[in-house]
Amino acid sequence: MNEKLQRILPKVQKPARYVGGEYGQIVKEKEDVRLRVAFCFPDTYEIGMSNVGMRILYGLMNEMDGVWCERVFAPWGDMEEELVKAELPLYALESGAPVRDFDMVAFTIGYEMSYTNILNMLRLAQIPLYAKERPGLHGIVFAGGICTVNPEPLADFIDFFCVGEGEEMAPEILSLYDRAKQEDWTKEAFLREVSKIGGVYVPSLYEHQYSEDGKLTAIVPDADAPKTVTKRIIKDLDKAYYPTDTIVPSTEIVHDRTNLEVFRGCIRGCRFCQAGFCYRPVRPRNADTLYRQAVESLENSGNHEITLASLSTSDYKQLEPLADKLIDYCEEKKINLSLPSLRADNFSRELMLKVQRVRKSGLTFAPEAGTQRLRDAINKNVTEDEILTTCATAFSGGWNNVKLYFMLGLPTETDEDVIGIAELVWKIIKTWKEHAANKKRGLSINLATAFFVPKPFTPFQWEAQITPEEYMRRVHLLQNELHSKAVDYRYHGSDLSYLEAVLARGDRRLGRVLARAVELGARLDGWDEYFNNDIWMQAFADCGIDPAFYAQRAYGRDEVLPWQTIDVGVKQEFLWQEREQAYRSAVTPDCRRKCSACGANCLEGGVKCDA
Amino acid sequence: MPRLLFEKTGDSVWISHLDTMRVFQRAFRRAGLMLKHSQGFTPRAIVSIALPLSVGVHSRCELLDYELENDAALTPEILNDALPVGIRVREIIENGRKIKELTHLRASLELTYDRGVTDSLLQELDALYHGESLILKKHSRKGETETDILPMLCDLQMEKAGENALRMQVLVCAQNPSLNPQLLVNAIELYAPHLAPDAVSIRREELFDAEGNVFR
Repeated sequence: MNEKLQRILPKVQKPARYVGGEYGQIVKEKEDVRLRVAFCFPDTYEIGMSNVGMRILYGLMNEMDGVWCERVFAPWGDMEEELVKAELPLYALESGAPVRDFDMVAFTIGYEMSYTNILNMLRLAQIPLYAKERPGLHGIVFAGGICTVNPEPLADFIDFFCVGEGEEMAPEILSLYDRAKQEDWTKEAFLREVSKIGGVYVPSLYEHQYSEDGKLTAIVPDADAPKTVTKRIIKDLDKAYYPTDTIVPSTEIVHDRTNLEVFRGCIRGCRFCQAGFCYRPVRPRNADTLYRQAVESLENSGNHEITLASLSTSDYKQLEPLADKLIDYCEEKKINLSLPSLRADNFSRELMLKVQRVRKSGLTFAPEAGTQRLRDAINKNVTEDEILTTCATAFSGGWNNVKLYFMLGLPTETDEDVIGIAELVWKIIKTWKEHAANKKRGLSINLATAFFVPKPFTPFQWEAQITPEEYMRRVHLLQNELHSKAVDYRYHGSDLSYLEAVLARGDRRLGRVLARAVELGARLDGWDEYFNNDIWMQAFADCGIDPAFYAQRAYGRDEVLPWQTIDVGVKQEFLWQEREQAYRSAVTPDCRRKCSACGANCLEGGVKCDA
Repeated sequence: MPRLLFEKTGDSVWISHLDTMRVFQRAFRRAGLMLKHSQGFTPRAIVSIALPLSVGVHSRCELLDYELENDAALTPEILNDALPVGIRVREIIENGRKIKELTHLRASLELTYDRGVTDSLLQELDALYHGESLILKKHSRKGETETDILPMLCDLQMEKAGENALRMQVLVCAQNPSLNPQLLVNAIELYAPHLAPDAVSIRREELFDAEGNVFR
């Protein structure tokens, strides 16, 4: 195996990502190991190693006695080709052992367009794709991550899903498997038992029934399977496991820095945002805990950059004392501190100027919509005034770059809203002309629009996506309204977002399409170099499935939703109420100002939402 | 400027030149040592490695120049605890010589032939390297140029190393101009493709000055 690999590596791009051996990787003696877990990330090394969740769970599983968890990533196309040519099965980085030799194969899924990578990785590992083709307990395949809130498109391939945060769930599952392996249980017996662990969803225990017109009509659970599977969360993040001695890649990755998670959840309630609803309730870490974890992580890794991560970092209540302390530490140690996801409010402006002492970061806004009317409809509570004031402060402080993110195709959007984007851009240009400290370098505005994708467990989960043609019409409408050379406008491709919508709200019948697409060569679909829409359309046609049925159709209020077996805490009634608010262009106050009783604080038998 | 001698073996040979510098920048921090930083907008830790090593090539003799913020005592052990598998500091050199005095490099190449190594193969290869000239095309910013690599090949010893392998010890020019030992294999592929090996492993062994003294 090793000899074969050594012959391949000179032929592929960036071979360092295929050999492991990084500082901080965990290697165990075989005789100390009873249970081997192959932790697979369905994208490249550079993406996977940037994922905080994977780092947490890798550390956590390896802290368990008798467990050795190793990493597996999707190979780039050139490496895949060489592996197949050399007849080498996909292997784990730490030991180099084939994935098919592991007891458990785990995936973390954060993006719909990585579904094909999961199937392709199983294929490269020489593991049968369909769960029913894997009769034994050995090599059981399970998955976690945000996409498990609607895992149905993967139901045929994955033995069980873990919904919610893994810090407590993973050890429970591994301990049960450990026992099952020692007592030689059947796979069926294990699946029945594991389905009793909170947050675990075993799709084979549920039957989905359809009507003749193709709609899902009923989900029938097996006799003792739970009717709903409720998302697991960690009640107290200060007490939760958090590794400060993680792997330091020897080659550049996407987020090549220490990522410190300041809190989970979000108080904002933007109506398109799946993470905003699915990661509720709000649970912060204490500033003292965070400062300690920051210093330890930086010293253990040798990183010279740290970022405070969360869904909306300026909503962290103790941000000011934490940032003050960190700025002092980072300045002395020549470490860059970056604060992404800041809001355009007054407090953030002061903070922005402070952080500038350490590093001048970019200026990024995501107003998402061009008019106040539509921003109210999506509950994105940022005003034009706030954006322009922040820009004015930044421009007079020497900034000359702005990044702006919008969405097209949002529910209730009209041409007026689309043109509103161009108008806002024009006002920013005017603000620059009035306030810029240094006009010599000129202004540069990077404007990007994404194609709105309705996602499960958001108030827009019932909405239809506009057609790719209509999206492109709006793109061109906007394009024609942009007249300044300072603006560099980029838009997301329509095909990819269309497929995202299909997979995000899809049901079990899409499993065949996924398998067919992979057979036809689909993989690395999140990468422009590899995404090929024709393959997908061929796969849909071959399976007799119309993708528009999933993306461009609005779901009725009383319709059975494929994901309704899952409960993320936030109640469906609340989401519907929010949808109605959207159609009235009415805002819902953020959770700090007023609790809207979404239901997330009922998780784990009652948990404090510290909005 | 202080300098250290390190080796790069095993899987660490796949780490690129730029990434190796990053690995050291982090390793210094992990060892609690602060490197001097460049001035300017985004200060960078200053380290420099002489003679960039190609990806996949092993080495016993890499030189890295560094400068610390304060007078801390640096031993190989301190850094080795902070380095990934395969990169090992062998020696700390308080005051390195000027890099331009580094002129020659000894390297070993192991060529594997799945079909086995025969005497005639050795003879043919020997003839290739002892011909009049060995011209290779070189891609540079200015376009394609042709270079005769033989003048930069100062010494070459060849021997059988087991059934399937052949070992070469070469002494080549290291700077102005330099010869990448990999080109010796490229020459086989170009001029005698029937002698092309199935696998190649290259290792830098030692560095020398113009007088043939070990360079540090």
